[in-house]
Amino acid sequence: MYTWEQRIRATIPYVIMGIITLPIIVGYVWILISSFFFTTEGLVPKGRFTLEYWRFLVEPIAQRPSIWIITLNTLILALGMAVFVVLISAMAGYALSRLNFPGRKAFLSLTLILHAFPSVTLLIAIFYVLRAIKLYDTITGVVLVQVSLMLPLGVWLMKGFFDNVSWDMERAALIDGCGRLRTWWEILLPNIRPGIAALSIFSFITGWSSFLIPYTFTTTDTKATIAVYLNSLIGDSTFVTYGQVAAVGLFQLIPVMLFFIFSQEYLLNIYTGGTKGGV
Amino acid sequence: MSSHNPSTAGTMVLAREEQAYRSFWVRLRAYSAPAFFLSPAAILVFIFFFLPVLLTILISMTDMSTATFGRFNWVGLANYAKMAKFRWTKVILKNTAIYVFFTLTLFNVGLGLVIALVTTHMNRRAGFLFRTLWLLPRITPSVVYIMMWRWMAADAPYGILNQHIFGPLGIPPKDWVTAAPWVMVILVNGFVGASFGMIIFTSAIESIPDDYIRAAKVDGASTWQSIRYVIIPMIKWPLLFVTTYQTLSLLTSFEYILLLTDGGPGRYGTEVWALNAYHRALANYWGNIQFGYGAALASVLVVIGIVMSIIYLRVFQFGALIEEPKIETL
Repeated sequence: MYTWEQRIRATIPYVIMGIITLPIIVGYVWILISSFFFTTEGLVPKGRFTLEYWRFLVEPIAQRPSIWIITLNTLILALGMAVFVVLISAMAGYALSRLNFPGRKAFLSLTLILHAFPSVTLLIAIFYVLRAIKLYDTITGVVLVQVSLMLPLGVWLMKGFFDNVSWDMERAALIDGCGRLRTWWEILLPNIRPGIAALSIFSFITGWSSFLIPYTFTTTDTKATIAVYLNSLIGDSTFVTYGQVAAVGLFQLIPVMLFFIFSQEYLLNIYTGGTKGGV
Repeated sequence: MSSHNPSTAGTMVLAREEQAYRSFWVRLRAYSAPAFFLSPAAILVFIFFFLPVLLTILISMTDMSTATFGRFNWVGLANYAKMAKFRWTKVILKNTAIYVFFTLTLFNVGLGLVIALVTTHMNRRAGFLFRTLWLLPRITPSVVYIMMWRWMAADAPYGILNQHIFGPLGIPPKDWVTAAPWVMVILVNGFVGASFGMIIFTSAIESIPDDYIRAAKVDGASTWQSIRYVIIPMIKWPLLFVTTYQTLSLLTSFEYILLLTDGGPGRYGTEVWALNAYHRALANYWGNIQFGYGAALASVLVVIGIVMSIIYLRVFQFGALIEEPKIETL
């Protein structure tokens, strides 16, 4: 049996979250509505229902490349981010958390300070660097730049997660003659799975929705990502309709949401079962 | 043993050499692990951070622009002198301070922590649902996200605010982006920024063993007390990380402001420093793209960022957090 006071207390978190989340819900409801109706005032559709704005899935808009080429580019970028950011950050994070070497403190402080470099600075100069290594206007170049710019975050995050793992297991492995690499891969990585999941989700999402870097370092329209494609759609003043942009935006949103929902389920499983008690 | 037997001396020299030789290999082996684990990160950081930063500083000392592109001149600190004299510099500085301070405290750290705490104190599925919703602004392409806010704030008859909230209250309809540009800029950035802290704080809170919180509850701690005395102290590292990272991140971000107000209303209404550098170097309406001046503006941001992060290191007693790794004593 619960008293009234307890019931009211239990609803407080829901009320708080409901109120602060409302603007987001409203915004996305608007996008959903406006991509299916000719005109929309406030949240009320005024024109009639239409699938016109979704025709870009089967036939390219005007002179533009197919949406599926654009989608493939975006997928390569997002997956490249998720894999390489996690791998490289987990390696560096391990070294900074567990190994002692001259320059460790400097490297750590530097990682933090690195993020202070404004991307606008880097954009001008990275343009020259990419040209010099012949990666300008390539997806590879964009992936490399995006991964690099994400590393200060990734390394710090990974170091934090490694710091929270007790060293007893690792010490036992090292004493038993297990090498550093194997210890890292077989003992430590499984222990920071929540961290790896969090970082790879974040990297994937960053890659998938990134605009400024693909926009700056690719020029060919078949190498565009969805965000760049959308921008060019809005910039095209002879054509733009908000319903059309909303539809393409929704298209970009759906796979990310699915990806996130499945990873989150996986995350929750790790938190509730898994490493606690035993094993 | 003090006899100077040549053969003994020779043996000693040999032994010493052998020792030096062995310690060289021991040392090399000691370095090989850190070198292996750090080199991918180090190489990328060198190519995409160090080289560009050097290039930027070099460019900031030239008059490189679309007018002088091919044959630029070294002008020393002339770009910096020009910046100091420019009468709008103070306004841009003030704008940057307003933007960073309010977005950081109200949203990126404040709201991020509130969401993480509240959603971990409710039903798991409901908490997950709310966090998923809060992630939407970040994964939404910036162009669509801005379009969404514009529509929310738009003048009658389209604007959601005017149509459904202010209209019924009798407040005359306005385009709120031009009527209250700072509120909109901070809201738009804050709704994206909060989710970063939210993700990090939630991961941290959920990896705290239940035993700690249960122990506090058994001892009679209220929810607020268990947050204040158990959870907050245990997520110190993530808190430090988010605050530091997001301050520097806000200082240098301009994408949403660019898309929302483009620095307006007026010429410098919401123009922040990073946006100004971008305008000068990459999107100048007056035709002449000034790489040199833009790079100088950007170089100032680098200095501000370094100074701020050093202040952070001091305030948060960073030394304690980067203590020597214990595993090495093995």
